[in-house]
Amino acid sequence: MSLTRNEQWLVRILQGLALISGMILILIVGFLLREAWPALRVLPPSRFWQDPGWHPLEQAFNLLPMVIGTLLVTCGAVCLAIPLGVLAAVFCQYYAPPWLAQGYRRLIELLAGIPSVVFGLWGLVVLVPLIARLHPPGPSLLAGIFVVALMILPTIALVTEASLANLPREYWRGAAALGLGTWATVQGICLPAIRSGLGTGVMLAAARALGETMAVLMVCGNVVQMPDSLFASVRTLTVNIALEMAYALDLHRSALFVTGLVLMAVVMGLVLLTEAWQGAIHR
Amino acid sequence: MLLKVREEIRRWGQQQSARYWMVEGLATGGVWVGAIAILALFAWLISDVCWQGARQVNWAFLVTAPQKSGLAGGIAPILVATAEVLLVCLAVALPLGLGTALLLTEFSRPHHPWHRLIGLSLDILAGVPSIVFGLFGNAFFSKTLGLGFSILSGGLTLACMVLPILIRSIQAGLLSVPLKYHQGAAALGLSRAASLWTLTLPVAIPGIVVGVLLGIGRAIAETAALIFTSGYVDRMPSSLLDSGRVLSVHIFDLAMNVPGGESRAYGTAFVLVILLILINGSVSWLAERFRQLKIQLL
Repeated sequence: MSLTRNEQWLVRILQGLALISGMILILIVGFLLREAWPALRVLPPSRFWQDPGWHPLEQAFNLLPMVIGTLLVTCGAVCLAIPLGVLAAVFCQYYAPPWLAQGYRRLIELLAGIPSVVFGLWGLVVLVPLIARLHPPGPSLLAGIFVVALMILPTIALVTEASLANLPREYWRGAAALGLGTWATVQGICLPAIRSGLGTGVMLAAARALGETMAVLMVCGNVVQMPDSLFASVRTLTVNIALEMAYALDLHRSALFVTGLVLMAVVMGLVLLTEAWQGAIHR
Repeated sequence: MLLKVREEIRRWGQQQSARYWMVEGLATGGVWVGAIAILALFAWLISDVCWQGARQVNWAFLVTAPQKSGLAGGIAPILVATAEVLLVCLAVALPLGLGTALLLTEFSRPHHPWHRLIGLSLDILAGVPSIVFGLFGNAFFSKTLGLGFSILSGGLTLACMVLPILIRSIQAGLLSVPLKYHQGAAALGLSRAASLWTLTLPVAIPGIVVGVLLGIGRAIAETAALIFTSGYVDRMPSSLLDSGRVLSVHIFDLAMNVPGGESRAYGTAFVLVILLILINGSVSWLAERFRQLKIQLL
């Protein structure tokens, strides 16, 4: 296929645009590295988990409580959202009458787009006082897990539903011919068949939970500490950036960029893992 | 003896069958209860925002400036700043996204290494936390390029953020153009550029619009990436280099930093949710129209 001169120009322009799009990621990593470099150069890495605490003004940069906080919120939210999301998808696909399934799907799609500040506002005004009545003080790990789980539930539900809808009809007919009921078909055939799609959905949701900032900031209390119960206050890595970026200077600012770099690395790991996994399944 | 065994087998079968149908019944009940519980939870959230928010919103709320850090007055400058940030974001992201999507789908072989590399980088970009975009925007647009806390740096940061979703949707739109059309164009001797202009783009436009709307939906919901790029100032922005506060930042600030600001935050949240419902509604309407149109064409 030969291209005319005009088309060669067009292709060259498109290549330029695509190159810019592809470069954004490199630019982001580059700038995070540049800004994080002063901290990485001065501080030995072990300082980030052996310092006496997070007191950036006194040069103490222990990130460990916040790493733990991030992991707890993410894992808790994902563990809570997976069964609920899958249940919502199964309901839409196999149990609900068509008109209800259509409405339910629309609602879940809408919820996937609701901003995290709105979830945070609801959590702050409605959920936190409820938890405070159960066990003071209220702003807690539990509130964070709950709000983030609500936020990622639509993602899991939509991905699961899309995979369920793509299953060959023969599976269902075969199960019907064997006299299997709906639930037996769902848990014995449909759910095992969509494992890979489910995995992708969970990875996406985990990445979103990990990076969630505003909702967590509004409901978690944000005390830097190792949480000793579900009702204890926690601060996650993302919240730490959002809270301190406004006034951080020098090494402190640089340490916040190190945090950003760590988050970025974890997300990259998750995405690459998903790609590798899908590649392995396709083969 | 044989009769007895047969009787036992029959009874065992009945027991098993009863157990089986009991599990089925329990599961059906469980799925319905769970689904209704999820529905109730979300209905609670949405009705709470609508109920508490709708009381705050009237015409004056939309067209006056906030006073006393938002406790009185309205959200006019905030709406303007939001619109300007979105415009900057789209003005940058749309050409980039369209160009990249066209190159990836129309002008390169599917398994070209560059193609895969750009695709992978976009997948990673789609997962990057918004606060990291905020850090990057602050370091690059605000500090290095010297744009400061401004609508321009906020919009540019958001452009980087919505680019992956934009490119993926435009690609889906382009890929949905039937192969027949391309073959027909080639048979008529149309050049690639001509068939792109007269054929592919017009047919793919609904897909592109869906992508743009999805991008707007994502951008308008964003808070964390904007706090350190477009800033907090709630005055009416006089130029793109002015700092401007967007809707979601306003909600956050009222809820967290202004004592007694929750009810006003609900008002703003209501406006934001209504905007999102409109965007969402047009996406599904367009997608449906697009599907029907394609069926007619084929």
